[in-house]
Amino acid sequence: MSTSGAHTGTGSWLLQRATAIVLAFVLPGLLGYFLIALPVDFAGWQALFAALWLRVLMLLAGLALALHAWLGMRDIFMDYVRPIGLRLALYLAVIATLAATLVWLAAVLWGMV
Amino acid sequence: MKFRLYRFHPESGEKPFMQDVELDIDPAGKMLLDALLAIKAQDETLSLRRSCREGVCGSDAVNVNGKNRLACITPLSELKQPIEVRPLPGLPVIRDLIVDMEPFYKQYRSVKPWLINDEPEPEVERLQDPADRALLDGAYECILCGCCTTSCPSFWWNPDTFVGPAGLLQAYRFIADSRDEATAERLDNLEDPYRLYRCRGIMNCVDACPKGLNPTEAIGRIKSLLVKRRV
Repeated sequence: MSTSGAHTGTGSWLLQRATAIVLAFVLPGLLGYFLIALPVDFAGWQALFAALWLRVLMLLAGLALALHAWLGMRDIFMDYVRPIGLRLALYLAVIATLAATLVWLAAVLWGMV
Repeated sequence: MKFRLYRFHPESGEKPFMQDVELDIDPAGKMLLDALLAIKAQDETLSLRRSCREGVCGSDAVNVNGKNRLACITPLSELKQPIEVRPLPGLPVIRDLIVDMEPFYKQYRSVKPWLINDEPEPEVERLQDPADRALLDGAYECILCGCCTTSCPSFWWNPDTFVGPAGLLQAYRFIADSRDEATAERLDNLEDPYRLYRCRGIMNCVDACPKGLNPTEAIGRIKSLLVKRRV
């Protein structure tokens, strides 16, 4: 029985709300932008992503999504995974997956692959 | 009128079951509690809590047709039959409609629901200006019936770690009180991933409260104060 606070949680809550707002604006915006431009071939897509601001925006949206997903997954694990060791392992798995995906996104955007 | 009542007698060794009851009662002007007491007059083994019978003491909170409410201020005429009456969800059932409120009270106690002020006591009373007093409206009227907290899935799942809407509303009542000196400690006590932040703002508590209070708003204000303190 915990009857005193751990003095954490406000930062996570704030970050979850902030990333939610960012995503609510950026994701439909990007989708609309792509739908309007809608290149038909690879060269068209390359030309579209030549703009630096678009790549930066994509990466920031990816970062916001990763942070938001991390906080959401952590909440689910806090509720449903009670053994501490297993929970920690799942935390690390999610962090690794999200971090790797983010790096991969950056690599794709900046044409390393 | 047709009723379906949750019955559980632990000493019988039987599992809980739903009992169909027919009662000859004119619903006009009567409350659910009147019907339950009439049923108890027929069958005295039915157990329930009640005291003031006018929505002030908060002891006869039950789950009626899926919603937590006070039997004494729920008009019989507005209920769909068969009227299904169950004990409050999420708390251990002691017998029939009586639940063990201890997990609820434990969380209530954990917010120190009393005025903390170490200043010397004044001659007459601790004065508040009307604007400060107005902050307590909507927070002090809680009768601790438990309708809100036991309608909250976060409390069902984490009764030992999540304070629940009733406890958080009371916490806010003292945080907002201009005469209370322990605001910082109270915020410290709540700043926790479980104690406060298990609230997902689904507002079941607002829907359930028989006194028309809004715990979700109070929780939002606590969060705002925590954010202000941090940012």
